Amino acid sequence: MRVHFHKELDSLKKRILSLGAMVEDRVRMAIKAIETEDSSLAEKIIEADSEVDETEVEIEEECLKTLALHQPVAVDLRFITAVIKINNDLERIGDEAVNIAQRVVVMAKRDNIDPVFDYSYMAEKAEHMLRKSLDALVNLDLDLALKVCLMDDEVDAMRDEVYDIVKNSLFDNRDYFGYLINLLLISRHLERIADYATNIAEEVIYMVEGEIVRHGKLTPHLKDHHT
Amino acid sequence: MNSELKISVRNLDFFYGQSHALHQISLDFHEHQVTALIGPSGCGKSTLLRCLNRMNDLISYGRVHGEVLLDGKNIYDPDIDVVTLRRRIGMVFQKPNPFPKSIFENVAYGLRVNGLRDKTLLADQVEKSLKQAALWEEVNNRLHESALGLSGGQQQRLCIARALAIEPEVLLMDEPASALDPIATQKIEELIHALKEIYTIIIVTHNMQQAARVSDVTAFFYLGKLVEVDQTKVIFTRPRLQQTSDYITGRFG
Repeated sequence: MRVHFHKELDSLKKRILSLGAMVEDRVRMAIKAIETEDSSLAEKIIEADSEVDETEVEIEEECLKTLALHQPVAVDLRFITAVIKINNDLERIGDEAVNIAQRVVVMAKRDNIDPVFDYSYMAEKAEHMLRKSLDALVNLDLDLALKVCLMDDEVDAMRDEVYDIVKNSLFDNRDYFGYLINLLLISRHLERIADYATNIAEEVIYMVEGEIVRHGKLTPHLKDHHT
Repeated sequence: MNSELKISVRNLDFFYGQSHALHQISLDFHEHQVTALIGPSGCGKSTLLRCLNRMNDLISYGRVHGEVLLDGKNIYDPDIDVVTLRRRIGMVFQKPNPFPKSIFENVAYGLRVNGLRDKTLLADQVEKSLKQAALWEEVNNRLHESALGLSGGQQQRLCIARALAIEPEVLLMDEPASALDPIATQKIEELIHALKEIYTIIIVTHNMQQAARVSDVTAFFYLGKLVEVDQTKVIFTRPRLQQTSDYITGRFG
């Protein structure tokens, strides 16, 4: 039975990693859509979201089945609870890619002013965090997971910056309120992607260390580990 | 672990002839707590359990070194009366082993051996013990029928009632539910949970989920050594040692 159970855990790991790859791909496409203002690419992202949703449900069902049938403990229990949460985070990241795509579709239909903010750095950072959190998951890499958690502040700061820029531009561009609000929303969606990547990294830390580090609860032992 | 220390095992070694079965075990058992001893077959957990009420004295080629302190007094001291010791530390075995007597007589047996003759007192104590063992409701109308007519799960609870009748302080249980069906097992587990209010309980079990469900503290043994002991919730979520993790997750053993 145990051999069978460990095979199930392996298969679960493969499935969550493949969902990770799928979602990462969507985020990359969404960023490209912002940069190129390509509404047909954006439409593709919106249409394909059901694939992410279906995979999420399948993975959750598999986790629940494994919990019920094998009553895992210790590292196996931590793995499955982490997968359940990461699965949810990935699905939400997929939703954020869709949200960005919807903004791009709306923005492409209207006249725009010159961009008041260059998203490339923020998008790159959010995507980088997502990629690193998934790498940390693949390799159960505690150091990398800790690094991802620390990167989140930078993305938060960029979102605040966009807020100020948009706010200041509103007075001079009264005819482009919609466009500017969409820009603000995109920064919000990118920032949420970074948040979910942080969640994933936190779950990886839990998987490896058995310590819950959400809500800024990095224990001295983990802080030392990182420095 | 706020409760009082009840039994303290200090540097205990046990040998079956040449075979060194327990190596330098040091472990504390606290009052009103259930401690589960887990580990693969031959790891020494049952040997340790039997050291705690000197059941191993019955093995002629067995030798013990070290101390087992019950309320601070070494039970291996020469002035210890083993019969009194076993009255204080009761035991329930893997297979239900009722005497071929009536239900009543099974529970009254230890009391009679200890000189209790008063019929009213005997009846009261039998009723109290059967109630503690959660068996009273099922047998109160047939106390004088043979105990051998009870189901396996009832027989095991009868053995628990028999152990409780003489009011021990500690209850040792050697796989008390391994021969029982899931419903009878559940009753025994609920019973363990209720009994810890009164007793100190130490249970040997091969059933990992059972250890997780019933115990407050879990001690993992391997090859005669105590590998790791901690609160059960810690052992089953984030054990400190890889060896413990490998055993409880079924990667060896």
